[in-house]
Amino acid sequence: MERILHSVTLDRDKCVGCTHCVKRCPTQAIRVRDGKAVITDARCIDCGECIRVCPHHAKKARHDTLAALENYRYTIALPAPALYGQFHNLDDIDVVLSGLIKLGFDQVFEVSRGAEIVSDATRKLMADGLLKKPVISSACPAVVRLIQIRFPDLCDHVLPMKAPMEVAAALARQRAMAQTGYAPDEIGIFFISPCPAKVTDVRFPIGDSHSHVNGVLSIADIYPKLVHEMNHLEEVEHLSNSGLIGTSWSFIGGEAAGLLNENHLAADGIQNVIRVLEELEDEKLADLDFIELSACAGGCVGGVFTAENGYVARARITRLRKYLPVSCNRAEDFGDLRALNWSQTLKENPALHLAGNISDAMRMMQQVDDVCAKLPQLDCGACGAPTCRALAEDIVRGFAKESDCFRLREGCNNDR
Amino acid sequence: MKYHYEVSGDDFTRAGEASGAVKATLKRLGFPPEVIRRVAIAMYEGEINMVIHADGGDINVDVEPDLITMVLSDRGPGIPDIDKAMQEGFSTAPETVRNLGFGAGMGLPNIKKYTDSLDIATELGKGTTITMTVRVA
Repeated sequence: MERILHSVTLDRDKCVGCTHCVKRCPTQAIRVRDGKAVITDARCIDCGECIRVCPHHAKKARHDTLAALENYRYTIALPAPALYGQFHNLDDIDVVLSGLIKLGFDQVFEVSRGAEIVSDATRKLMADGLLKKPVISSACPAVVRLIQIRFPDLCDHVLPMKAPMEVAAALARQRAMAQTGYAPDEIGIFFISPCPAKVTDVRFPIGDSHSHVNGVLSIADIYPKLVHEMNHLEEVEHLSNSGLIGTSWSFIGGEAAGLLNENHLAADGIQNVIRVLEELEDEKLADLDFIELSACAGGCVGGVFTAENGYVARARITRLRKYLPVSCNRAEDFGDLRALNWSQTLKENPALHLAGNISDAMRMMQQVDDVCAKLPQLDCGACGAPTCRALAEDIVRGFAKESDCFRLREGCNNDR
Repeated sequence: MKYHYEVSGDDFTRAGEASGAVKATLKRLGFPPEVIRRVAIAMYEGEINMVIHADGGDINVDVEPDLITMVLSDRGPGIPDIDKAMQEGFSTAPETVRNLGFGAGMGLPNIKKYTDSLDIATELGKGTTITMTVRVA
């Protein structure tokens, strides 16, 4: 089977070969070749920028569908808290959760419960001085992958803890097994996701070798069916068991607020995240205790799998959470605190290195500099690479040729 | 590989462009993160010093697989007492600069801390040339 490293796919019929996605990709993973966008797997961090920016809707992300529920004897829905912000006039989270049961799940387990466990555990670890400050949140998988590729020196600042989704999934399976007596593989756990990065995260988890989640459903995909079920509920079951801290993880600043430590920074939007990481790398933010970063503007509510404008969703969640208790879950609910930690150390991803060793890389860099000097420095993107420098690199690597540059093709001398 | 940068003297917000460019290059070349961090911080401190005290200057960087050498030259006022300048917290930066959060007297001490060698050649009224190296372990 094809080993798919990222969740983003291309509808070749819709792609017109423009360079919107090429220009916006934070890891320069995309090129237009033969008139169509091509993604370099190793560089893609699943941030979703290309999906968001494509004017022709040619970029999509893989996700599972409700049909996958049939593969399991018992199914559990794991709704991300961002889901609660998708509905008009919603006053009660239990309506959403009851709707998920009507949709075919045997049980729901809110990811916000996992979030409260992670918040509590982070508070404890930070109070004990066990983490390198500033601690960087590991909640956004796109940000963590960005750090591995572009800011490897910061890997040891990343909170080495399972994401709320994984914590919720592990607990949900454990409890369902005890309740039903079913084997682990008879239980299917489905994350209801605002975000395609989670699709990749489940296949290739960060920090662990195995995910407890069996499938990832897109909020936007199940939205119409879920709304229908919510509108036709005969009774609303009391299912929700999380508070203000857990539901607030759905928007930027929510996780940081849950630490009850004012000395934090929260930044959203991939370009803003990059600016913060650059300053952090230069030790300009050393006084902070915690840094929350989200690839999407607004946080998870801004994910590309959502149905509603992220800012509207945030406003709704803010209203919804007003009557919730502060928190309903504690780190001890997971059992041993150490079990929350990643089993693997976060390591650099060398996807942007020019070569496998420094000497070869320097030889290539010299060639890249030489080729780049011939290019017009317009960064126009017409060649299909995001910048002249990126084209020069592609030429040296043998993926492109000088005539791909229209200025060189036309024989124009540049004035530099 | 050799790189040359000019540091403009009038703009604090642009200080860090040269060290940022070197950082980006070293990352692509696959230098160890720890080496890159030391180079970037030492060079940034040097850039800031050139902006505060010397109205800018020139930086030449020589990248070898095992050694990175940075030479920062300016035509500023020179350093009257190098021993004092090397003390943590000693600063001759004007009030206006300190108000911006710079000039805390940590520039040269930080450069010393993050580099493997540091040589300061200075002449009053003529300028200062700082040569520093970071070795790749």
